[in-house]
Amino acid sequence: MSFSDLLGQLPRVFTYYNLLLLGQAALTTLLLSAFGCIVGLVFGLLLALARRSHARLLLPLKAFAFIYVEILRRVPFLVTLMLFFFGSQVLGFDLAPLTIALISTSVISTAFVSEIIRAGLDAVKQSQIEAATVMNFGFWQTLRLVVLPQAWPVILPPIFSYFVLFIKDTALASQAGVLELVQAGRILTTKGFSAFIVFGAVLLLYFVISYPLARLGSHLESRLGVSRHSRARRPIS
Amino acid sequence: MYLDIRGLAARYHELQVLDGIDLSISRGEIVSLIGPSGSGKSTLLRAVTGLLPPERGTVSIGGEEIDYKDRRSLRAARSRLAIVFQQYNLFGNMTVLQNAVVAPVKIRGRSRAEVEAEARDLLARVGLGDKLDAYPDQLSGGQQQRVAIVRALCLKPEILLLDEVTSALDPERVSEVLDTIRLLAAEHITMLIVSHEMSFVRDVSHRVAFMAEGRVLEIGPPEQIFDAPQVQRTRDFIDKISRK
Repeated sequence: MSFSDLLGQLPRVFTYYNLLLLGQAALTTLLLSAFGCIVGLVFGLLLALARRSHARLLLPLKAFAFIYVEILRRVPFLVTLMLFFFGSQVLGFDLAPLTIALISTSVISTAFVSEIIRAGLDAVKQSQIEAATVMNFGFWQTLRLVVLPQAWPVILPPIFSYFVLFIKDTALASQAGVLELVQAGRILTTKGFSAFIVFGAVLLLYFVISYPLARLGSHLESRLGVSRHSRARRPIS
Repeated sequence: MYLDIRGLAARYHELQVLDGIDLSISRGEIVSLIGPSGSGKSTLLRAVTGLLPPERGTVSIGGEEIDYKDRRSLRAARSRLAIVFQQYNLFGNMTVLQNAVVAPVKIRGRSRAEVEAEARDLLARVGLGDKLDAYPDQLSGGQQQRVAIVRALCLKPEILLLDEVTSALDPERVSEVLDTIRLLAAEHITMLIVSHEMSFVRDVSHRVAFMAEGRVLEIGPPEQIFDAPQVQRTRDFIDKISRK
């Protein structure tokens, strides 16, 4: 197929209904990514806190967090997806493919994000926590006022890199029949449209979704931590 | 006695660091702890604050015994104490002023305006009135330590614990911090000081306690400890540091 043939096909590829299909698929990709990131952040933080806890009462939760993170970080996303897909059938749950994909992405994202957050929390010196403790800061006050603000500069760069990778991983949800961007691309190519044009459009849509996230990450990094500490290392005399 | 420590023992895992400490301090008194490294001086301060829960023995403040296993009792005790650490431990994410006011405002619930006014005044008195918006990593060690002292004072403690506050500083910065502590001494704040600055200890303390192997071996006025120690171990220590 020549370049002029490709150009000639453009109007037929980007019809209203095909654009609608791609738009819908892009929204599904965005939903999977955003849901996975948000759930990952919330539960990842809770699991990271559980893993760092020394309270005897939280020991079962600590053990659960350890096993959860250590196993799920080492399992390919596709395997987790298939496990939930077939597991739900075996257990008799009638779940939509999108629901299964949302659960799977959240489960995987929680494991990865938890480990990134734990490393960030560990980077804050114990002496900072001790200073807060002797001034009667409670656990959540220490976390909110002292630990998290100092951990963010360590947490943010890897977490946003992970989120960008994670958006690409959501493509695997197509294996469970979810109509996301890759699946939409496949549908359009089976209709006889040029795979080059279709997947070129899919590529652009992935970029449109992931680029703002990467920019947000850079913005937060500079705002929340790195810029302040790199502004002046020398003592102000 | 205001701060009364009886038979206090504490250990780091298998290592017995405090082995039956007896020490009493009156209100407004300044007592300094001296002794060789590893004698348990800093550990004693950590044990009193509950950062290292004591194994046995009792600590009372103003006649109220601290139950280190009871969170409420420990919180009550900590609200009467403040500690200044050797490594300052200022919160790196907060400015000088925020470091000084965060606990009184967020934990004690005092008015921000009132605490800020006090903090500004104290910071000005220790020569840091122009550093209110600086972050700890923009300050020298001596400046950070003075901020740490101001932060402790903003808590209005009944007892101030100072843990080797000059040992992480360059020699030229030491006097800045010692002058600040002298200012406090003049205001009759009860203090328990761990220090290796012997001339400062002699100058500022009402009593000096010599510690070795996790025990207080001798306690008395600075003149007794430095000029006429009663215990051989104290005498050896004083002889050794005098030769340096």
